[in-house]
Amino acid sequence: MGKFKIFIPCEEANHVCDKTQYKNATLLEKIKLNLHLLYCRACREYTKNNTKLTKTIAKSNIEFLDKSDKEKLKDNFEKALKEQLH
Amino acid sequence: MSKNKLNPDKWIDLYADYLYNYTISRVSDNDMAQDLVQDTFLAALKSMSNFKGEASERTWLISILKRKIIDYYRKINSNKGKAEVRMNYQDSEHEGDWLEERVADPFDKNAEDKLQNSELGDAIFECLSKLPPKQAEVFKMKTIQGYETEVICNELNITPSNLWVIIHRARTAMSGCLKENWF
Repeated sequence: MGKFKIFIPCEEANHVCDKTQYKNATLLEKIKLNLHLLYCRACREYTKNNTKLTKTIAKSNIEFLDKSDKEKLKDNFEKALKEQLH
Repeated sequence: MSKNKLNPDKWIDLYADYLYNYTISRVSDNDMAQDLVQDTFLAALKSMSNFKGEASERTWLISILKRKIIDYYRKINSNKGKAEVRMNYQDSEHEGDWLEERVADPFDKNAEDKLQNSELGDAIFECLSKLPPKQAEVFKMKTIQGYETEVICNELNITPSNLWVIIHRARTAMSGCLKENWF
């Protein structure tokens, strides 16, 4: 580890912001992010939109097939497709 | 304009999630929803010659799915309901005493919420389909299915820093895409 930095560049701030959306950021990272947001308008904007995206997706209740279920579906369908062609 | 054509080879990749999401919000039973999606694809395959090319592939598949869902409800409704007992209020004095009737119209509210959600769901699918496939896959696994970073990295053979770069690009694109109508 290099010397302790409390001021982080925008790129890192955005990365921490992304991690926060998945609750993957540490407390120290979050403190650094919030400090950065105090003086950086661009990152405030990014954070705002990013948070909205998370909320919007949560609100939509969207659901996807599980990967293994999709494979199963695909296998079955491809069998039928082959039969159809021959 | 040329007519729409069917490409069954790509159906599962392109539409399976969309159809599943459509079904699960109406049937709310995972296994049943999967069966209905599968039936829809198989039925579509059989009736490909009926496709006139006027609607898009997706619209056509959804119309088949809708019929499958209706059939499903018909079937479960014909199994029950025979022993239903009809009860009425004793007299007009007791009118409105049913517990259900004292709740402020819960059904309308649900219906509206569902409608809004399904439109929002459509918008999200639309935006996802504009992302490069790999970005969409990573975003989907991380954001909607909630897999851990390590699991996704192993599955797709990428490093965590790759993953975060992809996530960042996907989130930027998704925010931009959804911004106009939904933020």
